Amino acid sequence: MALSQADVLAGIKEIVEEVAGIPAASIELDKNFTDDLEVDSLSMVEVVVACEERFGVKIPDEKVTDLATVGDAVNFIVNAAA
Amino acid sequence: MSQRRVVVTGLGATTPLGGDVDSTWKALLAGQSGVRLLTEDWRELLPVHFAARVATEPADQMERVEMRRLDRSEQFALVASREAWKDAGSPDDVDKERLGVVIASGIGGVITLLDQFVNLNEKGARGVSPHTVPMLMPNGPAANVGLELQAKAGVHTPVSACASGAEAIGYAFEMIKNNRADIIVTGGVEAAIHQLPMAGFAAMKALSTRNDAPARASRPYDLDRDGFVLGEGGGILVIEEYEHAKARGAKIYCEIGGQGLTSDGYHIAAPDPEGSGVQRAIKFALQNSGLSTKDIVHLNAHATSTPAGDVAEANALRKALGTDADHVAVSATKSMTGHLLGGAGAIESVFIVKALQDRLAPPTINIENLDPAVTIDVVRDTPRQLPAGDIAALNDSFGFGGHNVVLAFKSL
Repeated sequence: MALSQADVLAGIKEIVEEVAGIPAASIELDKNFTDDLEVDSLSMVEVVVACEERFGVKIPDEKVTDLATVGDAVNFIVNAAA
Repeated sequence: MSQRRVVVTGLGATTPLGGDVDSTWKALLAGQSGVRLLTEDWRELLPVHFAARVATEPADQMERVEMRRLDRSEQFALVASREAWKDAGSPDDVDKERLGVVIASGIGGVITLLDQFVNLNEKGARGVSPHTVPMLMPNGPAANVGLELQAKAGVHTPVSACASGAEAIGYAFEMIKNNRADIIVTGGVEAAIHQLPMAGFAAMKALSTRNDAPARASRPYDLDRDGFVLGEGGGILVIEEYEHAKARGAKIYCEIGGQGLTSDGYHIAAPDPEGSGVQRAIKFALQNSGLSTKDIVHLNAHATSTPAGDVAEANALRKALGTDADHVAVSATKSMTGHLLGGAGAIESVFIVKALQDRLAPPTINIENLDPAVTIDVVRDTPRQLPAGDIAALNDSFGFGGHNVVLAFKSL
């Protein structure tokens, strides 16, 4: 099933708020997970696993390092689900 | 360097009697029990249906996101350490290279370990939290407190089963004595109220099974005692080199005079009935503190409410203290808190510091018929006034494996 960019962004906001305690309102496409949102490497693993469960996609470990920003993750998930 | 003295300048606790030191101490003097029936369905799996859970959940004092990365034992350590640090005057400007943390746990993050094993079985390896290892490691409580305070003199976790909390304080004491640090946050925590550790203790016949009267189950020195009651929580002390404490104008509770450490070499779990290891530990603690048996007016006993342990300890105390045992007010506070395993020696050290401050020995509850084999002076039912002037008190703690730790505290 195709996912819209807006749906995925909304889902990631919820997940990052749950996992890292970052208010959803401050999570935007251009935000860097590490530098802007202070999601550390362990929490990033949690974000990835939660995204896989929620969106029914597979995010290989070697791709995770490419997902620097929220927008990178949204695009990857939208493409993977297409 | 041998002249360096160690004093207590801060206290923190989260226990079955209260969410902090004041509420715990008040309930302890009032002779209240913190033991209750468990509400979880799994209790039906076990011969024991009760335990002593903390009075205040960590969730009441911590952010949700912080909690999900911390084992329950680590949560207890942070809650109690924050209280102790604040009580010490929040000395955030101390030299971090002279600040240490020594916090013990008997079992570590056992609930995390068991929960994540369930996750592995149900969801596969991807379902196991990336926080699993930092949460289950026994040094996790010390490490998290060390991180929060930016402690750089050393972060340590001695493990000696139910003597761990006392051994941690002794280790911290030595660090200051040996000039490795000037101020240390130290104590012990435990969070093991879960069906697996409880089933293990029950299989050893170590737990009371008085399911019809949980609040009466922990009854050290009573003829009908039938085992200990598992408790959870922790106690933390800020200890400090005397001149360092004076220089920053800290409130000083009392002095830690010294410690005595021995091992039984007898059995993995049973106490040595001769109690020679306990007697030697008391002798060393007194020697190292420059105290004699005449100076001791109060002792917080290990006394877990097991048939063999209580009498073995009482006999050892009588032998070690001789006729001076007649003026030692012995309190078995596990009658109210249950047994916090690695947290026990730490909360009991907090209680001794309060006892020296208020000049009150807390009571021992639930003694209906004192075991005639117990020939020490047990404080029963209501607190007892301690003398004015210079006084000293002992805390003894023992652990499976044959560990004996005795700490000596002096009024100042």
